[in-house]
Amino acid sequence: MDSSTYIAIVSIITAGLTIAIGSIGPAFGEARAVAAAMTSLAQQPDASATITRTLFVGLAMVESVAIYCFVVSMILIFANPFWNHVIAQTAGQ
Amino acid sequence: MNLSPDNIIFWQMGFFKLNATIVYTWGLMLVLVLGSKLVTRKLSTELQRSRWQNLLEIIVTGINQQIEEVGLKNPQKYLGFLGSLFLFVAMSSLFTIVPGYEPPTGSLSTTAALAICVFVAVPMFGIEEAGIGRYLRAYTKPTIIMLPFNIISEVSRTLALAVRLFGNMMSGTLIIAILLTITPFIFPIIMSALGLLTGMVQAYIFSILATVYIAAATRARKPVENAESESKDRNNNTNHKGINHG
Repeated sequence: MDSSTYIAIVSIITAGLTIAIGSIGPAFGEARAVAAAMTSLAQQPDASATITRTLFVGLAMVESVAIYCFVVSMILIFANPFWNHVIAQTAGQ
Repeated sequence: MNLSPDNIIFWQMGFFKLNATIVYTWGLMLVLVLGSKLVTRKLSTELQRSRWQNLLEIIVTGINQQIEEVGLKNPQKYLGFLGSLFLFVAMSSLFTIVPGYEPPTGSLSTTAALAICVFVAVPMFGIEEAGIGRYLRAYTKPTIIMLPFNIISEVSRTLALAVRLFGNMMSGTLIIAILLTITPFIFPIIMSALGLLTGMVQAYIFSILATVYIAAATRARKPVENAESESKDRNNNTNHKGINHG
């Protein structure tokens, strides 16, 4: 196998691993946040507006980690700089 | 497969490219400007009002109320900036029901531009409210050691703002594109309906985060007494609202 094949294999496997491992943490975090928000909504329905707003903002913060992982894996698949380098070199030859 | 609407080029002349992002952004701007111009052309204060005026009033008062609930004292001042952020992001995802349209927020250039607007607006509002000395001194709180971390957080949250919106919008269009190759009949419709929901949530989150940042820049710089009375006011407000709801 030459180096371009290695780059392709490593990129694809890493892209899958990135989104797989990277979504575990945010999933746990969002689940905990939603569970806590549900409990406090049940206890204090009057404060629903404040709780919902804070929940949304917090979820966005937590979710951004998963979004970063998604963006990294998308870059690895569709806009891989190393792969583009190899293609540019082979085109130059 | 296109990762972003930047790659769809309609017209090119030398260095200048007219890609889908720019064209759809101009289209959105045209719709927003013409729409608000047409709606506000004949406003009435009487009971008999047009439907569009009612819609616009719901949107404007809703945004106003949200800004006030976050803790900004004078929401009229921030309404123009935060409201246009919200309306642009919301409309750009709402227009995905039009065939052939790609949301311009699915391109990192658009979201980076929006995030840079927030990055510039936060210190501007902060300095206007608190004065340049007090604003700059707030970076050294609680201790001088926190100075580099405060500056890093200012930059990193701008990056997060841009990448979050871009990632959400791009993932929506990408998932629909992938599903079209696997199950092209009914499932993409469900996913695009879900995309409308996440688009609305993202628009809300983007504008509410900008509001929170501006509120933090303008409010936290004030002396302690003000903050206390403010929190009391807000408690009173929420109590009042709870009674209304009940």
